[in-house]
Amino acid sequence: MSEIDALDSVVSQPYKYGFKTEIEYDDFPRGLNEDIIKMISEKKGEPDFMLEFRLKAYRNWLKMTEPTWPNVEYPKIDYQDLVYYSAPKKKPKLDSLDEVDPAILETYEKLGIPLHEQKMMQNVAVDAVFDSVSVATTFRKKLAEVGVIFCSISEALKDYPELVKKYIGTVIPPGDNYFAALNSAVFTDGSFCYIPKGVKCPMELSTYFRINNEESGQFERTLIVAEEGASVSYLEGCTAPMFSKNQLHAAVVELVALDNAEIKYSTVQNWYSGDKNGVGGIYNFVTKRGICKGVNSKISWTQVETGSAITWKYPSVILQGDNSIGEFYSVAVTNDKMQADTGTKMIHLGKNTRSTIISKGISAGESNNSYRGLVKIGKKADGARNYSVCDSMLIGDQCGAHTFPYIESANSTASIEHEASTSKIGEDQIFYLQSRGLDEEDAVSLIINGFVKEVFKELPMEFAVEATKLLSIKLEGSVG
Amino acid sequence: MLKIVNLHAEVDGTEILKGINLEIKAGEVHAVMGPNGSGKSTLSKVIAGHPAYEVTKGEIYFEGKNIEELAADERARLGIFLAFQYPVEIPGVSNSMLMRQAYNSIRREHGEEEMDPLEFDDYVHQKLDIVEMDPKFLDRSVNDGFSGGEKKRNEILQLAVLNPKLALLDETDSGLDIDALKIVSEGINKIKDSSKGVLLVTHYQRILNYITPDYVHVLKDGRIVKSGGKELALQLEADGYDNIIESVNGEAK
Repeated sequence: MSEIDALDSVVSQPYKYGFKTEIEYDDFPRGLNEDIIKMISEKKGEPDFMLEFRLKAYRNWLKMTEPTWPNVEYPKIDYQDLVYYSAPKKKPKLDSLDEVDPAILETYEKLGIPLHEQKMMQNVAVDAVFDSVSVATTFRKKLAEVGVIFCSISEALKDYPELVKKYIGTVIPPGDNYFAALNSAVFTDGSFCYIPKGVKCPMELSTYFRINNEESGQFERTLIVAEEGASVSYLEGCTAPMFSKNQLHAAVVELVALDNAEIKYSTVQNWYSGDKNGVGGIYNFVTKRGICKGVNSKISWTQVETGSAITWKYPSVILQGDNSIGEFYSVAVTNDKMQADTGTKMIHLGKNTRSTIISKGISAGESNNSYRGLVKIGKKADGARNYSVCDSMLIGDQCGAHTFPYIESANSTASIEHEASTSKIGEDQIFYLQSRGLDEEDAVSLIINGFVKEVFKELPMEFAVEATKLLSIKLEGSVG
Repeated sequence: MLKIVNLHAEVDGTEILKGINLEIKAGEVHAVMGPNGSGKSTLSKVIAGHPAYEVTKGEIYFEGKNIEELAADERARLGIFLAFQYPVEIPGVSNSMLMRQAYNSIRREHGEEEMDPLEFDDYVHQKLDIVEMDPKFLDRSVNDGFSGGEKKRNEILQLAVLNPKLALLDETDSGLDIDALKIVSEGINKIKDSSKGVLLVTHYQRILNYITPDYVHVLKDGRIVKSGGKELALQLEADGYDNIIESVNGEAK
């Protein structure tokens, strides 16, 4: 097997989550206007402030233009051709799984996320979002015992409207950017987590997003609030069937950490990425941002991006509280015709704030992988420090890797370090390992695992194993 | 153990080896010497199965088996080890991880049970002394940030751990200061025994002060132009490659 063939066989494993579940849908008509937004809000029985929030966002959005600065190319999206609300017809009662369409439960089972009480993952609470709605949230009672609220955002709007009102849109305002504005107008579900003062969340919280409907976009919204001294680790996973059409996924995730609070947010993104020729796949246009509002707080983003036709995503941290810490650990893998423009923004406002950025891009096939990051040091951020490393690995000779680091410092006491490297997974490295007795595929996966190690060690244990498998599936056959 | 018959090999369409004949028996140390560009490094790579080189003619037998169709990893698992002239860096992969995976893949090949990490840790620690290596090396990434001498010692450590039948040492002495050369050479001496064959590729005679070859071959332009005992190396050192080669050419005429 030649080097390219082996690379190919690592990268071109079939997408095993590409099946579609046949269920009946309760869909809204295609298109977007104020009536559709009112229908969404009404359907969900939302408080008035939410509808106002949505309409304001929509009016903002109408005045905005789609960003063209990312290093990605795609045909113009017809926003009037999308379905903005699509829910499985049988409305699940959230207390009991008996009400959930068995086909949906089976879907999650197939995805390795069993929702049944007796089969649930140990120590991980899951909120399962299917197209536009949350179908189940596990371990809710156990979490409630310590005061942790973990539910869908729709329920949160009904049960804890004041809490949601206090925080939603405070990190990512409705007019923040084109896709965030769109999300703010039409989001249909997502997760809400609230960790009260001094509570260390006793288990991992996780949301699993599944897009099943070919015609609908998925617009979910997640809000996580950690009160003073609270801490939580949260994981997000996602998959979608293989369709020849592209689906739009425009999510917004907001994190708020108060004094001494800590939020760790990990993503393993495995949306369908389209076929070898770039037909189909998810457009993953996501805005994620956290604010370290309190002193000594910490927000850490870890992302493993292996899917989507296009990824446009910059999980960021606003370091407002003195001594707060922001971290961004990322592995972005692109193959075939995938495109990724991803990175982070670390905005240092408080004194002695620290941020770390570790970005590892792997490009194979004819894909294009860009890191784009901003480190901004405000006037008052005395003693702020940033350390960034951006490494790219190229597999084969038809892919691209790009790095766009931006640094803006308004404080002379700040220290900013940036390192970048680009390497090619070489015939020499593979031959070296082979000459030690490792076969080609083991050699390649060892090299790649070594490359991403710094990031993978940040993942919660259960998911690190999963992510490692996913990576080798994604790159199977691409190195040779 | 190793028998090479009329071996021709090329890279990117350029013929480098033009008819090599060589036989190495168990327990023998063969030194292949030659000027730059003579093909001596190519010879070791071709035996190890480097995919960039194409064998156009001739055969390589290892323990009686023609290995031409075997990939580098298959040859390695049969017991051929190549110590690199320029050891490759593999960031993020620890030395112990690499050696354990390699060692276990060789064990699997021979139908033996894999060694678990704890057992392997004990095993590898025993080998560290051979090249006077600090145990901290085991946790460092393979050759990443190593000095030239450390890289070469690491190659010999791997040789000790993987315990092959045939060791191909490609300019293991290059770039070493005298102390490192001593450590590396003594390491090789401790590893070699009557069951192993050694092919030592070198430009300079000085490593042969420490490792005594049974045979010395002089390579020129892809052919072995002269073979002899260890005294040939000294003669090369004294007279230089040009004189030896010229005298060979003279004889040929």
